Amino acid sequence: MVFSCEALKKKITKELNASHVVSSSRRSESSSLRGFTLLVVAVGLVVRWAVAVGPHSGQGRPPMFGDYEAQRHWQEVTLELPLRQWYANSSRNDLGYWGLDYPPLTAYHSWALGHAARALDPAFVAPHHSRGVEHDVHRLFMRASVLVAELAVYLPPLLLYTRDLKTNPVLAVLYPGLILIDHGHFQYNCISLGLTLAAVVALKRRRLALGSVFFSLAINYKQMSLYHSLPFFCYLLGVCLRQPTWAAALSKLVKIALAVVLTFAFVWAPFLYPNPADVLQVLHRIFPVARGLYEDKVASSWCAISVVVKVQNVLPRTWLTLLCLVTTLGVVLPSNLLLLRQPNNKNLLLSLFISSLGFFLFSYHVHEKSILLPATAAILLLPHHLVSATWFLAISTYSLLPLMVKDKMVVQWAALLVLFVAVAAKMMPPANSAFLRTARKISLGGSIFLVLAQAVVTPPQRYPDIFPLLNSIFSCAHFLGFLIYAYWVQFRTESKQHAN
Amino acid sequence: MIWFVYGLLSCFKLLLVPAYRSTDFEVHRNWLAVTHSLPLKQWYTDETSPWTLDYPPLFAWFEYLLSQVAAFFDPEMLRVSNLNYASNATVLFQRLSVIITDAFLAYGTKECCSFIRASGVRKSSRWTLTWGSPISVLALLVLGNAGLLMVDHIHFQYNGFLLGILLISIARMLQGKYLSSAAWFSALLNLKHLFLYVAPAYGVYLLRNYCLCDPEEPESRGLWILGGKRLSISRVAKLACIGGLICFASFGPFIFAGQFGQVLSRLFPFKRGLCHSYWAPNFWALYNAADKMAVIVGKRLGFPIVSNSAVMTGGLVQEFEHTVLPSISPRVTFVCSVVTMLPALIKLWLSPANPLHFVRCIVLCAFSSFMFGWHVHEKAVLLMIIPLSLLAVLWRKEARIYLLLSTVGNYSLTPLLFTPLEIPLKGLLVLCHAVYAFVQLHQMFNLQKGSILRLPLLNRFESVYTLGLAPLFLYQHALHGALFGAALPFLPLLLTSTYCALGVTYCWAVFYFHFLFSGNHKRKIH
Repeated sequence: MVFSCEALKKKITKELNASHVVSSSRRSESSSLRGFTLLVVAVGLVVRWAVAVGPHSGQGRPPMFGDYEAQRHWQEVTLELPLRQWYANSSRNDLGYWGLDYPPLTAYHSWALGHAARALDPAFVAPHHSRGVEHDVHRLFMRASVLVAELAVYLPPLLLYTRDLKTNPVLAVLYPGLILIDHGHFQYNCISLGLTLAAVVALKRRRLALGSVFFSLAINYKQMSLYHSLPFFCYLLGVCLRQPTWAAALSKLVKIALAVVLTFAFVWAPFLYPNPADVLQVLHRIFPVARGLYEDKVASSWCAISVVVKVQNVLPRTWLTLLCLVTTLGVVLPSNLLLLRQPNNKNLLLSLFISSLGFFLFSYHVHEKSILLPATAAILLLPHHLVSATWFLAISTYSLLPLMVKDKMVVQWAALLVLFVAVAAKMMPPANSAFLRTARKISLGGSIFLVLAQAVVTPPQRYPDIFPLLNSIFSCAHFLGFLIYAYWVQFRTESKQHAN
Repeated sequence: MIWFVYGLLSCFKLLLVPAYRSTDFEVHRNWLAVTHSLPLKQWYTDETSPWTLDYPPLFAWFEYLLSQVAAFFDPEMLRVSNLNYASNATVLFQRLSVIITDAFLAYGTKECCSFIRASGVRKSSRWTLTWGSPISVLALLVLGNAGLLMVDHIHFQYNGFLLGILLISIARMLQGKYLSSAAWFSALLNLKHLFLYVAPAYGVYLLRNYCLCDPEEPESRGLWILGGKRLSISRVAKLACIGGLICFASFGPFIFAGQFGQVLSRLFPFKRGLCHSYWAPNFWALYNAADKMAVIVGKRLGFPIVSNSAVMTGGLVQEFEHTVLPSISPRVTFVCSVVTMLPALIKLWLSPANPLHFVRCIVLCAFSSFMFGWHVHEKAVLLMIIPLSLLAVLWRKEARIYLLLSTVGNYSLTPLLFTPLEIPLKGLLVLCHAVYAFVQLHQMFNLQKGSILRLPLLNRFESVYTLGLAPLFLYQHALHGALFGAALPFLPLLLTSTYCALGVTYCWAVFYFHFLFSGNHKRKIH
């Protein structure tokens, strides 16, 4: 009896202690993580605004200015004209001067911002007289609108995602590429990318319809998000196909399809209603086929190959588009087919990365800013593949150098890139393979060498574009490497699962 | 670790290169030009630019050194007549010079950190953490201080460099290297004479702990005995030698050039008003506010109060005549400062061999001169915040005062930046510093969680006061314009300085009380 009493007491105190310790440590951990997240967000905002006080694209460069003016011009146009004429050339809407060429959601956003701008100061959006407005108060308004958009749309899903995985959000929040393009160069990529993140988070939580709504909105904000569409499609279809019964599969499929169709209908309704043909004009503006194979010196394969053979001079345009289509699909499809067969979260992320990178490298008419799409997938991959994802993010930022030179933002670019790499290096486990160590050294050394060379050497007369070209070849080689590596990761784990 | 933090923050500071810069930028460009292209005789006489050289000679030598490098960036900036010149290379060079000389701040912090680690004054399980250990927190609090970032890297000054030298000197004192500490401090005085305010703490501490020594010590041959101690002549002579040598190195060339009087007249101009155009949040801000209130109330009650309009829009003019309360003369401010310093100095004398009391005394000396000094600049608040950071990572009570003072003090610096684009930046910087300080110190002292109206480490009253800064910020930058338009332009500034003055005064009182009456600290070091 004595023995049992003693034992009971001991057991109870032990359990009590254990539960107390666990609960208190868990509480302190979660509260410290919350405090840390708050801190990361605060730092992220400061860094963003520190970039925002710097120059924007086309600052003080009439007559065309840059993307900043484009966004402001869209506010002016959407505010002044009836919706039907937003995308149509007319005496009141000169499409040659930054005509609207993004999907309707962007136009609605511009319209809403236009109202805010008019309330603040009508001169911001005065028809025709406001071209090139970029004084300090206006910059404050424009920059604040991007920060608000990012706070509202991009950061919440990102933080939800890192909270779910209990990982550190600092690298994701400090990714320099997005900061430089959105808060420096001036665009609203954070909205379409944020919606994509929201879609991934929703899918991860098994809210398929919600996820499809988010992704449809992303496409309707910026057509570039189509780079991500194939994996979303394959994932959703794959999940439906894996339902135990046909009825379940069908009901899921219908639900998703309905969500997508309704979202699209909702966004496009104002253009559809009296005269559906208006949609064609919008589509024509959004998908210009008449543009070149790539813009400026972008790190796409076609640009890299152009050193050897300029494909666009050899082949007629129809052949060229076909060539792009075939190679892109060839690169992208295997990953997506695997995703279709095994629609899990990991495959979704890898396929998102592979598809958007494949489109960036091989598709027709690529912008340097499109690298943000694979970068977003890489941000999602950070918790799983810290080293390679950070490496990719660093190189993707590096590939923006020619744009930054044009925008006079090289100092900001270098500072943010060094900051990002330094923070990452502090978090990284030491590289254990000699190959990896050498590869990192070559990559880092090569980029530093190229930057220094550009700073010191003036390009020879015969090759004025030599440095942008070298940059794009350097980045392109990396991107190809990352593409192959991602494929290897995806199919290696797949074969392992089979073995098990 | 500290150099890593320094590198990270330097990257951030680089982002601020194109940000707004005040006339101080042109001031320093002019000094570069003056020291580079004029002979020594004319450094303190040149009046081409209104921003004449009015720092002590060692700072002029510092500018001379910088100008040698500046010539590689853009020689145009070194022409004296090239007023308001700000090419891209000039901006980059000047900004870089601030970022690079901040290395002194990093080094000073590093020395203080190594003392704290070695002294064992703070026992904690957190020493093993990378980012959570007391020294990492200290490094980030000092190097990433929002006030310094705003004043140095946006507004443009070299406070980080100067405070860095102060920290080096403090670290030497903590380590017991008295002569080295005195040398650094006299160099600091020759860089900026504002630091004379904290000289009494140095004087008392050195006299008590270095010059007075036990009769058994070899250097103790001395004049008289005081409480069983002797005043060591050799040590006094050493101190005087070192101080004299450094002053001579800085002033010497000017003495030979017959410029000594001219230099002194530039250093101590007595033609400025009681308060700066924006009132620093000190006692006189409260005094001025009380005067204005009295005028308004008095008029309501029908007293015949004569006031000219300049007084009512006051603050925009430098000279400020009080209407109801007695006017203040420089002598009164001087007496007030000295009288409020005295108790702290006496306490320091009575508690020998406690170098942390020396740090406290520095903070209190800076506080007293800030509270009651003549024509105090709002930037002087950094002189309290930076040394106080040292104590904040050691004791909970001081952490609490630090949190309150640094948040209010940093906030009180925000009126320096008023251009539209910098408004969110300054708000975010202050917020960021506050979030970091609250989160880290809360974790370091391992306390219970706060609630919405109760910030960690602060009591409810202090928390509400601190949170009140947010609506004040909103009022200042948005609501006031919406409510009054262009009318009452001085009201937001008046509100800010009065509101901050309340907090600063409160911190001063609490800290002073804590220093005087908290016993002679059982956890004495050594």
